[in-house]
Amino acid sequence: MSAAALETRALSMSFGALRVANAIDFRLEPGARHALIGPNGAGKTTFVNLVTGALHPSDGQIYLEGSDVTALPQAQRVKRGLVRTFQITALFRGLSVLENVTLAVGERLGTASDLLRPSGRRRAVIEEAFALLERLGIADEALRPVRELAYGRQRLVEIAVALGLRPKVLLLDEPAAGVPSSETGTIIDMIEQLPAEIALLIIEHDMDLVFRLARRITVLVQGAVLVEGAPEAIAADPRVRQVYLGERERA
Amino acid sequence: MSEIVAASVSILFHGLAFAMVLYLVSVGLSVTMGLMGFVNLAHGVFAALGGYIATSLMTQMGVGFAPAVAAGVVTAMVVSVPLERLLYRRLYGADELAQVLLTVGLVFMSVAAGKFLWGPLAQPFHPPAALSGQIELGTREFPTYRSFLIVAGAVLVTALWLGLERTRFGAQIRAAVDNRRMAQSVGINTSGLFTAAFALGSGLAALGGALGAEILAIEPAYALEHLIYFLIVVSVGGLGSIRGPFFAALLLGVADTGFKYLLPEFGAFFIYALTLVVLLWRPRGLFGYA
Amino acid sequence: MTAEAATHVTAASVVDAFARRHRFHWAEALPWIVAIGAFFVFPDYLALGAQILATILFGLSLDLILGYAGIVTLGHAACFGTGAYVAGLLAAHGWGEPVSGLLIAALAAALVGFVSGAVVLRTQGLTLLMLTLVVATMLYEAANKANTITGGADGLSGMDVWPVLGFHFDLYGQTAYWYCLVTLFLCWLIARCIVHSPFGRSLTGIRENERRMHAIGSPVFWRRLTIYTIAAALAGISGALISQTTQFVGLGVLSFDRSGAILIMLILGGVGWLYGAFIGVPLYMIMQDRFAAVDPVYWYFWIGLILVLVVVFAPSGAYGLGDRLARALRRRA
Repeated sequence: MSAAALETRALSMSFGALRVANAIDFRLEPGARHALIGPNGAGKTTFVNLVTGALHPSDGQIYLEGSDVTALPQAQRVKRGLVRTFQITALFRGLSVLENVTLAVGERLGTASDLLRPSGRRRAVIEEAFALLERLGIADEALRPVRELAYGRQRLVEIAVALGLRPKVLLLDEPAAGVPSSETGTIIDMIEQLPAEIALLIIEHDMDLVFRLARRITVLVQGAVLVEGAPEAIAADPRVRQVYLGERERA
Repeated sequence: MSEIVAASVSILFHGLAFAMVLYLVSVGLSVTMGLMGFVNLAHGVFAALGGYIATSLMTQMGVGFAPAVAAGVVTAMVVSVPLERLLYRRLYGADELAQVLLTVGLVFMSVAAGKFLWGPLAQPFHPPAALSGQIELGTREFPTYRSFLIVAGAVLVTALWLGLERTRFGAQIRAAVDNRRMAQSVGINTSGLFTAAFALGSGLAALGGALGAEILAIEPAYALEHLIYFLIVVSVGGLGSIRGPFFAALLLGVADTGFKYLLPEFGAFFIYALTLVVLLWRPRGLFGYA
Repeated sequence: MTAEAATHVTAASVVDAFARRHRFHWAEALPWIVAIGAFFVFPDYLALGAQILATILFGLSLDLILGYAGIVTLGHAACFGTGAYVAGLLAAHGWGEPVSGLLIAALAAALVGFVSGAVVLRTQGLTLLMLTLVVATMLYEAANKANTITGGADGLSGMDVWPVLGFHFDLYGQTAYWYCLVTLFLCWLIARCIVHSPFGRSLTGIRENERRMHAIGSPVFWRRLTIYTIAAALAGISGALISQTTQFVGLGVLSFDRSGAILIMLILGGVGWLYGAFIGVPLYMIMQDRFAAVDPVYWYFWIGLILVLVVVFAPSGAYGLGDRLARALRRRA
């Protein structure tokens, strides 16, 4: 069996008596289009935090492209290609859009530790960042501070920052959250156009998005995996329907 | 051998008295910082205020000990209310730096005010006749006032802990410290609660300042001089915790007394080193919450 | 021009504008013109002037960690005082050469900054604040108790500072003034270079959203430690300048007073734009000079009041006020 892009074994986490992650076994194949769904409080964002290294698990292991990264700090995992976006936009609000993406690209290229030469000299970094903005259609606001942008466009900046890191594994935490429905189209298009080599895991509540984008779905309930499979199988599974009692059923 | 025992007993005794004073002054700060999330470096000003009022009433107007201390406490509580409502309230949730600067500014103002109103020298403190002199405890003699401090301190601490456990007010404070938004959604009037908690903390500080005037002398720079000790008690004890600072105060009081007695050439140096070690090991304090 | 060419022009112009941020602006020459002018206009105040220049460097070093990296410290005097005492001890024990004394003081202060930073920067929030205060207080206590070396509360005397590059330190403070001015200029160039470098830009990222910096692969702890150490060195140079030009070092260089005062001076001018110290320090020190002559007690009261007012009404200091004024003027135009 070839190495998964991302794999967790028996990943567990407790906050005191509260078990937020319960022996999660998970595999993300290279080039995957995988969705993680579950009711509120199921522990989806916690899972992302554990996998990326923002939280330390109480038990279990995490493998990135076959290597054990459980003990590795978050920044190191990013350097190896494990990138995430945040559910609530976490950008450098006082800095310009271009600056936000330039910082990410600079970190990836290793130029960010340069103390001596002005950052403006590194045109390649700036041009790459700007090209990303153009691809996402937000280049016209490149020099405006992020906090002045409409929320939907801020979410696009989040994605631009993530792409600037050239991820191998990309975890999108509710990319369409808080975005007015008129603007979700751009985001969905962007996700569909992502390079096929990237292993993609999307956490979403919006079922339309999930069934449109995902080839495989994992359902998380109360910190544990309930079921995993192809979208049709998940939609038909009675346990999943029960968990989403009161939510709209997928035909 | 008996010398070591005698010295240890002495250190424990004086350390305990010091700890009581530290705790009374600092517990209010722990609540303020844990409850309102407000870095109040001016907290010592209330202790100094209580001390100033109490000592000047006693020495200049011949007022009795208990009423003078009470007056100090009441004054501090009264002053704290407009301060909280008009000034501090504006900076809840603000940048930590802004809170630091505001309260440092207030401390500077208080230092000048103290010097202006009462002069630059430390205030004389004479315990009432009933509490002066020495008292026999077991085979040794101890200063009566310090013994009183320990007993009074223990009583006050117990009353405080019981009060916070058993009363509704206490329950509300504990709930709000734990989770402010939840407390609000359950209908707890956090605004009024904050003012009341702040007043209580300031009153306790004034009590600690007045009672402890013999150990921590009342002088204009009081709030600056002892700021670091109050902060140590609170951060080592754990912000928002009521009991944590008590054990931190015990630790600090006894250790400080011990170090100064055994290694006076180093002064408080080891206390600071110890604080560094403890805070690195447990950044949230020994009993801290998230 | 085709539509495609038009968009490329826009793209290139944006990238150009972004890439040119570090270029010198003519207004940046103003502080130096004023400083040089002051030498000729205020010949009787050169001693105070030298103090102000050295303190501006102290404020600049604080701006790097507070304004750019977002580290709130109550103990910056620790590095300042280390520099002052090291330079003082060198001069008092036979090595009075100022420039080398300056460099050795910078190294000593950098060491203090590195060691304390390695320990303190692992924490955050109140704990971090506290620990900066603890470190500074530890050094104060150590200097106080080691009074056979430092002179304790009486201060270190017997300093003999040799001429700097052939210029004697005269009674009018002329040499001291130029010494401080040139040192400040060179250190400012260094600070400016750092601020505009990719490293410096990443510091603003750390200040704006540390969580995000981790998530883009930035080694946050090492970045902060690096700037903390550099700022410590600059603060040490500032302390050494003061001790060399006054030929005296007292415990006050390590005191909370000193840490608090420089914080206030920087806030008055505004943090994070590199020139806050250039405005706040002279403002504060000249006011203090006037007040101290009248009544030192009242000084404490008024500076406390000003601080409270600034925090409540003008939290960005002179920078914020200037910004608001500029915007208001633009609206009128």
